[in-house]
Amino acid sequence: MRRPTALGMAAVIGLALLTTACGSEQASGPERIEGTTLTLLTHDSFALSDSTLQAFTAQTGVKVEILESGDAGTLVSQSILSAGNPLGDVMFGIDNTFLQRGLDAELFEVYASDGLSDVPDSFRLDPLNRVTPIDFGDVCINYWTDALESGPPTALSDLTKSEFADQLVVENPETSSPGFAFLLATIATFDDWEGFWADLRANGVSVASGWEDAYYGQFISGGGDRPLVVSYASSPPAEVFYSDPPVDVAPTGVIDESCFRQIEFAGILAGTSNRLAAEALIDFMLTPVFQNDIPLSMFVFPVIDSAILPPLFSDNVTVVDDPLTLDPADIEAGRDGWTAQWVEIMFG
Amino acid sequence: MKTAVKLFAVLIPATFVVVFFVYPVINVLSTGLAGDGLGSLVDLFESSRERRVMWFTVWQAVASTALTLLVALPAAALVAGLSERRRRIARALVTVPFVLPTVVVAGAFEGVFQRFGLVSGTVRVHHTVWAILLAHVFFNYAVVVRTVGIHWAGLDGRLEEQARLLGAGRWRTFTEVTLPRLRPAIASAASIVFLFSFTSFGVILILGGPGRSTIETDIYRFAVTRGDLTTAASLAVVQIVAVLALISLTTRLERHRPVATRQPRQASLAVGRAWRWANVSLMLLLLGTPVAVLVERSLAVGEGYSLRHYGALVHRTRQLPVPALVAVRNSLVFAVVATALAVVVGGLASLVVVHGRRALSRVFDLGLTLPLGTSAVTIGFGILITLDEPPLDLRTSWMIIPIAHALIGVPFVVRTMVPVLRGIDNSLREVAAVLGAAPSRVRREIDLPIGSRGLVVGAGFAFAVSIGEFGATSFLPRHSDSITAPIALFRLLATPGQLLQGQAMALAVVLMVVVALAVVAIESVRGTADGGL
Repeated sequence: MRRPTALGMAAVIGLALLTTACGSEQASGPERIEGTTLTLLTHDSFALSDSTLQAFTAQTGVKVEILESGDAGTLVSQSILSAGNPLGDVMFGIDNTFLQRGLDAELFEVYASDGLSDVPDSFRLDPLNRVTPIDFGDVCINYWTDALESGPPTALSDLTKSEFADQLVVENPETSSPGFAFLLATIATFDDWEGFWADLRANGVSVASGWEDAYYGQFISGGGDRPLVVSYASSPPAEVFYSDPPVDVAPTGVIDESCFRQIEFAGILAGTSNRLAAEALIDFMLTPVFQNDIPLSMFVFPVIDSAILPPLFSDNVTVVDDPLTLDPADIEAGRDGWTAQWVEIMFG
Repeated sequence: MKTAVKLFAVLIPATFVVVFFVYPVINVLSTGLAGDGLGSLVDLFESSRERRVMWFTVWQAVASTALTLLVALPAAALVAGLSERRRRIARALVTVPFVLPTVVVAGAFEGVFQRFGLVSGTVRVHHTVWAILLAHVFFNYAVVVRTVGIHWAGLDGRLEEQARLLGAGRWRTFTEVTLPRLRPAIASAASIVFLFSFTSFGVILILGGPGRSTIETDIYRFAVTRGDLTTAASLAVVQIVAVLALISLTTRLERHRPVATRQPRQASLAVGRAWRWANVSLMLLLLGTPVAVLVERSLAVGEGYSLRHYGALVHRTRQLPVPALVAVRNSLVFAVVATALAVVVGGLASLVVVHGRRALSRVFDLGLTLPLGTSAVTIGFGILITLDEPPLDLRTSWMIIPIAHALIGVPFVVRTMVPVLRGIDNSLREVAAVLGAAPSRVRREIDLPIGSRGLVVGAGFAFAVSIGEFGATSFLPRHSDSITAPIALFRLLATPGQLLQGQAMALAVVLMVVVALAVVAIESVRGTADGGL
C-alpha cells in the first residue's frame, strides 16, 4: 500500500527535458503508437497506484504524462481558453455538473470505446460518445453515528425538523463542488426547493466555503460539533482506511435518500496529434486493471459491471440504487439562476 | 552607472515583466472582454451587489493594513533594538506564517475561537469580518516587521538624542523625529499589506464565512464556477485599475524625503519595559497560538503523542503522486529558482526606480508591483493562453511555476530595496568623495553594503512567498511529480481520515521549519559578504 517511489525522485531538470520531448513527439504512422508520450490533463484529486499506468505503458509502449491543475471547474475553464491548442491529449475529471459546458465548447472528439459495453447505460450521459464515463461517486449527507441517539434522519425532509436543529453543515454551492451537488439533490427532490432551504436556514444550517472547512472545521470528525455534513458516500470507508487508532467499522454513516450522483468522464481533447494513443488510453481506463484501482486511490466507484470492490468498500458502503440525478443540460442552464436564488434565500 | 550596465538594469526587469505578466494579462483580458466588454463593465457598476463587493474589498483591505501597522510597528521597533544576531532570528521567525496554507491557519484559528467561546454569543469572531482582519494581521505581520524593521535599525539615533536633549518628550520625539524618517518604509510595507489583503482569497472564503465576497473571490466565481469569462475579465480590469491607483499614491509617499541612513546599529529606542512586554505577549499570542495548535495536531497520534505523522511523510500515500517529502524538495527547488529570479529582476529594477529618470522610475515601480495586486486567476489563465507557442511554449514547463512565484516575489524585493537605497544619505557619499574615494569605491563601500541589507531581506521574502504560494500554482498545469508542498498538503486534507489529517499537519510544521532555516541562511549570506554587520 505504501512504498516510496524511485520514479518520484526524478529530478526537476529531467522533467523539463521530458516536457520538451512531449511537445515535439508525434506518432510516426497511424498504426504505430509505440514510443508516443500522451499527456493526460486532470484535476488535483487524480491519484492511481504506480503499477496501473506502468501496466498501460507495458501493454502499448505509450508513456503517460500527468498534468494536473485545480478542480474540475478550473480544468474545464482552462480547456475552453486553450481550445484548438489543447494542453494535453486526453482529459480526465470533467463531471456531470460541468459536462454540458465542455460539450458546448466542443472540447472533445467522438470516440466510442469497445469497453463501453461493460458500462451501465445510466452512466452514459453523452449519446454521441464525446466523453466516456470512468467513475462515479455520490454526494450524500454523512452522520456521526454516536452523536445521534435517536438515529439519523432518513430523508432530506427530516433535516428541517427541530430534532436536527443546528446539526447540519453544508458547503456553499458557489465555491464547492459537493455543495453544488447537494443543492442539485434538493432541486431534484423538492418542487419547492426554495422553501426547503428557507426552512433549513431557520433550522440553523451552517454554510462552509468548502469541503475541508465543513468536514474538518465543523463536522465532529475534525473536532467540530455538528453531527451532519454534506460529504461523499465513500467518506465512511476513508474514515476506516485512514483511521487512527485503527478501527474496523466506520464512525460515520450515509443517508441514502440524500445522495446526488456525480459521474466523472474522460474525453479525447479536440486537436490532439496522438489520436490513436489517446483511444488506447480511454480503452485502458475501462479495463479491470484501471477500474479496480479507482476505489482506494480516488475514493470513488468504478463504472464497469465487472469491477471488484475492495472489502473495505463493500463492508462500509452500499451503492445507492436510485440516486438523485439531473440532466447535464438542465444543470448548465439552471446553474447561475439556482445559485443566485440560493444566495438570496440563505443570506438575503 | 556605465551605459551597458544601465541598459541591462532596464532591459532585464522590463523583459521579464512584459513577457510573463503584462502581455499575458492584456491577452486574457482582451479575450475575456472581446464580446461585450464595455457593456459588462457598465453592468458591474450598475449591479448593487457588485458595488457592495467592491466597497467591501477596499475597506477590508484598508482596515487590515491599518490594523497590521498598528500591531506590527511597535514590534518593528523592538526588533530594530535587538542585536544583529537576534534580529536575524526574529526576522526569520515572523516569516513563518507566510508559508502556512490558509486552510490550515483557518482550521487553527477556528480551534482557538472554539476554545475561547468566540464562535457564538455576544463576542463572536467566527465568520465575521474580525476573523478576516485577524488573519490578515497574522499573515502580514512579517511584512511590516521586516520592511520597516530593517530601515529602523539603520536610523541614526543621534537625532533622537538631540531632540530629547532639547526637551522634546518621548512621544513628540517619535512623531516628529523618528516617524517622518520611517515614512518611506512604512508606505512601502503598507502598500504590500494592502495588496495582499486586497487580493486575499482563502481568508475571505473560509474565515469570513459564507456570503462574503471580494473582487478576488468573485473573479474566481465568475471565471471558474460560472464560466462567465466576460464578467470575470471586467472584474479583473476593475481590480487592476484600483491597484494602479493605490500604488501611485504610495509611491508618492515613499518618495517624500530622503532620510539619513547609516550602518545598522542597535537602535537607541526609549521603549518602556511594560510596553515592550505587552508587545512581545501580543506577538506570541497572535503568531504563536495557531502555530502551537498545528504542532500539537501534528504530534497527536491515537490517544497519545508521537512523531509517526512525520515518519509517514517519507512514504507515498495513495492520495499523493509522490511522498510528501519529495513535494517539500520540489518546493525548495522552485523557491531557489524563484528567489534567484526575483533578486536579479527586483534588484536591477530597484536601481532603476531609485536612480532612473522620473517617468521610467514610475513605470517600473508600478509595473513590477502590479502582479502582487492581480488575481491568481488572471495571471494563471493569462500565461496559459499566451505562452503557448514556440519559442515560448512554457504552459507545461516546470519553469512556469518559479516564474509565477518570482512575479509575486519581485514586488517584495523592490519594496524592501527602494526605501533602503533612497535612504542612503547623499552626504555620506559626498564626504567619501571629498575624502578622495573614487566613485567605484563609494559604490562598493557605501551603496553596496547598505543596498545588500535590503536585498537579502527581500530575498528572504521572495523565498517564503514561493514556498507558501498556493493560488497561482493551483491555476497552472503541473506535472504530477513536480507537485509543491502546499498543493500536497491541500490534497492530504481532501480525503477524510485522521492519518491524512495528521500527516497534513506534520507537513505544515516541516514547511515552517524549512522556511525559518532558509530565511536565516539567506540573511546570513549578507552577514559574511559585508563583514558581519
